[in-house]
Amino acid sequence: MSWTGKLLRINLTSGEITTEALNDQWKKDYLGSRGLATKYLSEEIDPACDPLSIENKMIMATGPLTGTMAATGGRYVVVTKGPLTNCIACSNSGGFIGAEMKSAGWDMIIFEGKSPEPVYLYIENDKVELLPADEIWGTSVWNTDEWLHNKHQDPLLRIAAVGRPAENGCLYAGIVNDLHRAAGRSGVGTVMASKNLKAVAIRGTLGVGNLTDPEAFMKAVNEGKAVLADNPVTGQGLPAYGTQVLMNVINEIGALPTNNMKDVQFDGAHAISGEAMSEPRKSDGRPNLTTNAACFGCTIACGRISTIDQGHFSVKNKAKYWGNSGGLEYEAAWALGADNGVDDLDALTYVNFICNEDGFDPITFGATVAAAMEMFEAGDLTLEQTGGIEFKFGSAEALTQSVELVALGEGFGQDLALGSKRLCEKYGRPELSMTVKGQEFPAYDPRGIQGIGLNYATSNRGACHVRGYTVASEVLGIPEKTDPLTADGKPGLVKAFQDITASVDSSGLCLFTTFAWSLENIAPQLQGACGNEWTVDYLLEVGERIWNMEREFNLKAGITSADDTLPPRLREEAAKTGPAKGMVSQVEAMMPEYYQLRGWSEDGKPTDATLIRLGLKG
Amino acid sequence: MEKSLVINPDNCTGCLQCEMACSYENEGVFNPSKSRIKVFTFHQEGRFVPYTCTQCADAWCQQACPVDAISLNLVTGAKEVNESSCVGCKVCTISCPFGTINYNQSSGKVIKCDLCGGDPKCASACPTQAISYVDADQTGLDKMRKWATETDHASTNTPANA
Repeated sequence: MSWTGKLLRINLTSGEITTEALNDQWKKDYLGSRGLATKYLSEEIDPACDPLSIENKMIMATGPLTGTMAATGGRYVVVTKGPLTNCIACSNSGGFIGAEMKSAGWDMIIFEGKSPEPVYLYIENDKVELLPADEIWGTSVWNTDEWLHNKHQDPLLRIAAVGRPAENGCLYAGIVNDLHRAAGRSGVGTVMASKNLKAVAIRGTLGVGNLTDPEAFMKAVNEGKAVLADNPVTGQGLPAYGTQVLMNVINEIGALPTNNMKDVQFDGAHAISGEAMSEPRKSDGRPNLTTNAACFGCTIACGRISTIDQGHFSVKNKAKYWGNSGGLEYEAAWALGADNGVDDLDALTYVNFICNEDGFDPITFGATVAAAMEMFEAGDLTLEQTGGIEFKFGSAEALTQSVELVALGEGFGQDLALGSKRLCEKYGRPELSMTVKGQEFPAYDPRGIQGIGLNYATSNRGACHVRGYTVASEVLGIPEKTDPLTADGKPGLVKAFQDITASVDSSGLCLFTTFAWSLENIAPQLQGACGNEWTVDYLLEVGERIWNMEREFNLKAGITSADDTLPPRLREEAAKTGPAKGMVSQVEAMMPEYYQLRGWSEDGKPTDATLIRLGLKG
Repeated sequence: MEKSLVINPDNCTGCLQCEMACSYENEGVFNPSKSRIKVFTFHQEGRFVPYTCTQCADAWCQQACPVDAISLNLVTGAKEVNESSCVGCKVCTISCPFGTINYNQSSGKVIKCDLCGGDPKCASACPTQAISYVDADQTGLDKMRKWATETDHASTNTPANA
């Protein structure tokens, strides 16, 4: 069965802690993690509520494969209504705390209400307590982590926490677990802090078992591990270079958004690439990258562990940042680097450290700084307004000063903490915010990769690459190569990727397995763990059901088909260089076919027939 | 032929597949807290180090045990805990200089690596060969080969030959 079958409900207003049996029907319909938590949230809150009000809830959830030996089975999600997007938010994280929560005996934790005082949740198997967090309120994630380990005298405690930006209302604060893994996007950390909840600290020693067919499970797990090891992406590229293996590839095909997406190629791409991270630095002879690292149970190990040159301007006299910590992944390196025209690898690593230390999303942060740079260069932002910082493309100093101001919630950092949509509106240039539904794009330009543009426009949590990563097909040829420059056939491709991803996310596995695995590899693992009904076809149905449930949530929250689009720049300003030169995103042309394939009306609403087919309407 | 576990921390990524394989073999659940092998993370240094019992030929735990619950497996060379004899006194955990024999709260007995009867599951689960199971007389072979390569490289690239 592999679920623990139990959830925790934490009423922060009253301090009451109760346990419930997991809804049996819902786990059959929605699997776990993303799907199941979204079902609970949809049933329990009004989607139109203010995400930072007492009405919103926040759910931490594992999947049935979380905490098992299935490769990458360490994932958990945070599901809530997001303050950046006013849409459903689901942020997925690795590290170790997801498996620890499962090992403590819990599939999910539902947080509701708001604590009158700052608190943290302490879990040791079935001992569950809300404890005072006054001493750590107003401090960083890293400080909170150290304080909790010291207080409980337990080095094996797993901790997820929010930093100061979340407390200060930064709209893209995340929840950081295990020091440098994060449920990073859409402002889920802001919701957590709005409930006066500083951290969740877990020690689980019960273990995860209860498999339907242990022998079949272990056979499928071992076969899956062999496929990951033999695949060039998961067996070689990702361990060696991490997701940063993509920097040079995406630049070459002319889809690396540069300088707030004005350009699609960046001269400094190599300097901030995965390859560059492995080359000895000129200054101290050491490479930026120390080693790769795995999340719980992961046999890919794409994580980066990096150092910053001690002589670099960003860390001079700051010994705290001289050791190893979580290094750059591709999306962060792009948002902080190419999108700001900054090619200083150590500066980007420092900014990434700060995003981890104080818990905020480097994609949205980087893209917001990029929007500020464009407005500054255009004269819409003055030196007086920025507090004296010269926001010029290419300025590593502007970037490092910005990250410190957002971390502390000071000066112009308070504007940057709004995200680019609200920042650009405030300074009169709303069209310069590179967002969908208020959330910033990741690192793939929709002019050079047409399918990903449609995915951005329709993603239920705002612009996002990991809702339907068509880049796998359009660039890497997985599972088969499609032409990134054509819109033909992309609506079907986007739908297929979105539905499969919803299923994979709900299992407790990492999406990165799908560089090598199809559902044909995942279904046998789920069948061994949970029962024979989890076939490939059923997983596709579950994925589509989850997608439509999220859409229904968003429609009730006030989203319309007018929100399923890209900023004018990507639809009207052609790419200037590279293979996509002269092209714009054809997102509007693709949309009718996408709606039709989804079984939605022309204005983007699931039809009754679709809802009934998927069991979303009786 | 007696074999030994060889640990190469340079290869370890901290994934804990070894801890899960160990706990599943011994406890029937995936439970790192009950694993006989432990991976230690040295965060500042960026290092991951698996550690477990090295099966001392002359074992402190065995000598300390007042009820002779620890015995030698003549085939594998492992020192094994006989659960029916162990009284959970923990004297062995004090005597072991390496800390690799530990008390298990759930069973009231001590647990330690027994090489899974000659097929250690941690080694087969490890995706990076950070843990391997090799001829006990040749545990240094890989390191010797690595340095032999270095030596060879140096000797063919001396200034005189350049």
